[in-house]
Amino acid sequence: MTTDLLASATPTITYAPPEGVFTYIWVLIALPLIGAAVLLSFGRRTDSWGHYLATALPIGSFILAIMMWLGLLARPSEDRGIIQHLWDWVFVGNFTANVGLQIDQLSLTFVLLITGVGSLIHIYSIGYMKDDPKRRLFFAYLNLFVAAMLLLVLADNYLLLYVGWEGVGLASYLLIGFWQYKPSAAVAAKKAFVVNRVGDFGLSVAIMAIFVSFGTVTFPEVFAQAGESSEGTLTWIGLLLLLAACGKSAQFPLQSWLLDAMEGPTPVSALIHAATMVTAGVYLIARSNPIFDGAPTAQTVVIAIGAITLIFGAIIGLAKDEIKKVLAGSTMSQIGYMVLAAGLGPIGYVFAIFHLVNHGFFKANMFLGAGSVMHSFNNQENMRRFGGIRTVMVVTYITFAAGWLAIMGVPPFSGFYSKDKIIEAAFDHSWAAGLAAMIGAGITAFYMTRLFTMTFLGKKRWTDDVHPHESPPVMTIPLILLGIASLASGFLLAWNGAIEKWLEPVVGFQHPEPPIPIPVISGATLALVILGAVLAYQQYRREVPLTAPTSVSPLTVAARKDLYGDAFNEAVFMRPGQYLTRALVWFDNRSIDGAVVAMGSATAGLSNRLRKWQTGYSRSYALSMLAGAFLLFVALLVVRL
Amino acid sequence: MNGVLESFASPEIRYALVAPLLIVLGGGVLSVLVEAFVPRESRRTVQLFLVTAVLLASFIWVVRLAGTNELAAEGTIAIDGPGLFMQGSILLVAMVSALLIAERHVDPAGDAFASQASALPGSVDEKAFTQQGWLQTEVWPLFLFCVGGMMLFTTANDLLTMFVALEVMSLPLYLMSGMARRRRLLSQEAAMKYFLLGAYSSGFFVFGAAMLYGFSGTISFPGIVEAMAADPGNNGLLIAAIGLLFVGLLFKIGAVPFHQWTPDVYQGAPTPATAFMAAGVKIAAFGGLLRLTYVALGGLRWDWRPLMWGVAIATMLTGAIVALTQNDIKRMLAYSAIANTGFMLIGVLSTNPSGLSSTMFYLLVYGFTTIGAFAIVSLVRDPTGEATKLSQWAGLGKTSPLIAGAFTILLLAFAGIPLTSGFTSKFAVFSAGIEGGATPVVIVGVFASAIAAFFYVRVIVLMFFTERAEDAPAVVVPSSLTAVAIGVTVAVTVILGVLPQSVLDLADKASTFIR
Repeated sequence: MTTDLLASATPTITYAPPEGVFTYIWVLIALPLIGAAVLLSFGRRTDSWGHYLATALPIGSFILAIMMWLGLLARPSEDRGIIQHLWDWVFVGNFTANVGLQIDQLSLTFVLLITGVGSLIHIYSIGYMKDDPKRRLFFAYLNLFVAAMLLLVLADNYLLLYVGWEGVGLASYLLIGFWQYKPSAAVAAKKAFVVNRVGDFGLSVAIMAIFVSFGTVTFPEVFAQAGESSEGTLTWIGLLLLLAACGKSAQFPLQSWLLDAMEGPTPVSALIHAATMVTAGVYLIARSNPIFDGAPTAQTVVIAIGAITLIFGAIIGLAKDEIKKVLAGSTMSQIGYMVLAAGLGPIGYVFAIFHLVNHGFFKANMFLGAGSVMHSFNNQENMRRFGGIRTVMVVTYITFAAGWLAIMGVPPFSGFYSKDKIIEAAFDHSWAAGLAAMIGAGITAFYMTRLFTMTFLGKKRWTDDVHPHESPPVMTIPLILLGIASLASGFLLAWNGAIEKWLEPVVGFQHPEPPIPIPVISGATLALVILGAVLAYQQYRREVPLTAPTSVSPLTVAARKDLYGDAFNEAVFMRPGQYLTRALVWFDNRSIDGAVVAMGSATAGLSNRLRKWQTGYSRSYALSMLAGAFLLFVALLVVRL
Repeated sequence: MNGVLESFASPEIRYALVAPLLIVLGGGVLSVLVEAFVPRESRRTVQLFLVTAVLLASFIWVVRLAGTNELAAEGTIAIDGPGLFMQGSILLVAMVSALLIAERHVDPAGDAFASQASALPGSVDEKAFTQQGWLQTEVWPLFLFCVGGMMLFTTANDLLTMFVALEVMSLPLYLMSGMARRRRLLSQEAAMKYFLLGAYSSGFFVFGAAMLYGFSGTISFPGIVEAMAADPGNNGLLIAAIGLLFVGLLFKIGAVPFHQWTPDVYQGAPTPATAFMAAGVKIAAFGGLLRLTYVALGGLRWDWRPLMWGVAIATMLTGAIVALTQNDIKRMLAYSAIANTGFMLIGVLSTNPSGLSSTMFYLLVYGFTTIGAFAIVSLVRDPTGEATKLSQWAGLGKTSPLIAGAFTILLLAFAGIPLTSGFTSKFAVFSAGIEGGATPVVIVGVFASAIAAFFYVRVIVLMFFTERAEDAPAVVVPSSLTAVAIGVTVAVTVILGVLPQSVLDLADKASTFIR
């Protein structure tokens, strides 16, 4: 129980300038950025080798990150913070922002996840995008994304984080709309961009509020002062940061874009819309932990948002027939778990990040598995036309099974270790949060088993034109690696409290003390999971109608329509916005334009008068010069008098 | 006999300091000899080689002299920071203008200059010369003398040298204005007007110089300063002198009410000459004005500043307002030049070091922008020559997006939109003006900018968002000469808009006159 005594609710880390391998932090970002620059600027000349370069560079970053990880392990846990100041960036009045990069346990965890999973997805994409005429562009955007995401997690201040935040938004937009000849993809990209603007607005206002309150935007300086600030200020900043997190992480009420984002190529869904970018919101909350720790109201809202979204996403996952949309719903739901955990404060931050890492592995695994299935099914994604694939795609089947067991939280798969901890911590906070998390786990088991059964088990319901076959090794090897990670990451990271000890200096840690014994919670959760899985298996192992039944319960109808997320957006944001712009246009036409036009015509009239002065005759020019000279004298004399 | 020789001390010229000037003027003399003795077919090659070598050598020498702060030629020439900065600027814009003057691919009949400038417009002689395809190179000696005059004007440290420089600079320009190949009557009318009014204004200047001499008993600027310090009283001669000198200089910079020659001459002169004039004369004349006002008349600034306020306000407003209703692109650019003169005057009347440095920066960047704009004007042509009617420019962005895009950048710079050099320079003079206590003028300046922005943007709208006209002109593909000139000017406009600091620092360092 020595860890208990050491555990501290507040961060204890200190930051120092870099030395040794840490002087190359910037290289982590530079490598993928170079890839994007080369592929974009040299154009078609890189068609033949560009994807290899683009794959090699994130792997290089990953190797460097491993070296940094070993470097951090060699240091005492409080001295694992490094800040590399690169250059002064903005200095206007008393506002200064530097370009500085920060490595600590939290950011390095993300760097390892982004570069590790990212590299695997790059490798997978070599096979997946093999026949796409724009493969080079795809890899350029992927590299751009990796660079922006690394900037987001490595920035040592909010403003630079914002640059990365917008960078991943841009990459996400480009990649969702990658098949822009499909109108649905173009619309989905636009929707993701617009919805994210709402969240980005929250982040930009939050940064302004942080500067006004603390006079700086650098993380260590802001956090050092956070304790002295009033709770009201911290609450406002916390809520604005939460708005930003909701946009990027597809949390209620800004969740609607994520389902549409599945229009992008599947590796994009795996990398951006499952493993990395959508977890940026969780990173933002965990990184800003001193702000949230001082704002209990904001934390409560965070928990509520997380709980709502985890149920919400799970319900959507129940009703969808497209394999990727089910996975998207489950992503929302799982991130809901992380957000909920992050809202719990020092009890939960560690578990939020723990679950985030596990989720990164198993969800990327399942997305790539889904991509592998779709690849051999001519890009069909309707699960009603799958079934019985286990015999023809053995590797995909086994690796997907690892992901399926992991997300349900079946021991010893990874999801069990992190999700169970989150549920325990949620019970520590309140019964409501705990029950929501527990019921969510049951629903998760149901819809994931439904997906798994409809796709891999049961009878073949294939259309006539498909001849499924296992994907090439370039796609299956990443699947195998991610499958192993889905199995092993949980107990490896939980071994002897490794993840708690690793992250505790940055985000703080307290052991949860739920009102009911922990084995009871675990047992009940597991029972619910098994119940959900068995029910789903029983229902979907038999006949599955080839078209979705229409006479269904109102809840199913609602779930198929994403629980009216779009209708909500249209009613709350779009229509009032349209009315406002119409009113403003009317006002502008009626009054402002009138004034402008009147001033314009008055000036033009004056211009026409003055033009007449320009007669074209030298004699009259000379005369006006003389008059001018006279005026000069008068002016000089008047001043003298 | 001996006594006379002993009493005649040979003047100390200090050739090293005036070498840039001597190189250019000597090059001009050589250029005349080339015209006289080199066979016609190789004349152009030799002239171009000579001009390039002269401008480069002179510029390198100016750079070598950087940091000098001394008097040369018995105190008649001041080689100091502002003088060298503006000499360098003049040489740079001269290099870019030379590219335009040398262009021979834009006009199917040859270059922009008359095949025989002395032939009567419309006469049989003229037709014959044109049909024979005569091409002249006589513009080059004129060009070099003019550059020499400009360089002397910015460094002249006494009234007489200043007057000589004024004439050396102006006379070649009068001739160049009348040498257009197309629309020769308009060109000759412009030259005549420019000459008559220029002579008229020179008269004012000489009268002013004489009166200032009458007041102080000396023509050298430091001597005048001493005389004013000795007699600070109310002296009518002094007042008259200031007024008359100002008329001469305000005419050259094209300030209201001495601006009326500008549109007529800009429109009539061959476009490469207009470009050179618009950039070079502006730098030189402002150089002289700055030296006169900051050095010789600095002690009297409380007398002439209110007057300058009025001139600046009138110039900015007249330029911006009258430009609104212009329908000829060259005239519009002329009025834009007038408005910009007004903005630069804010730098002059703020009478502080930042006013000096910001004006010098403005002059340099404006020189590049305006040359680029006229270079593009020379490319848009119909069968009769340049298509300068604004209506003909409609829809240009659809057929020639590159040229229209470059022109857009230059127009945005004229309008002072951020990320172009026009914004940085305007910002610099405005802040110098506020620092110098001229806030009301700056406010008028901001209003004038807003008015001016309208007609610049109107041209952009015309180019990109209007349907192409029936008699739409074609854009000629120039030789690399004009292409390089446009590329350089656009690049300078953008680079000094994004990263102006190094040049601003240079202007700051150079902002002390020798006294």
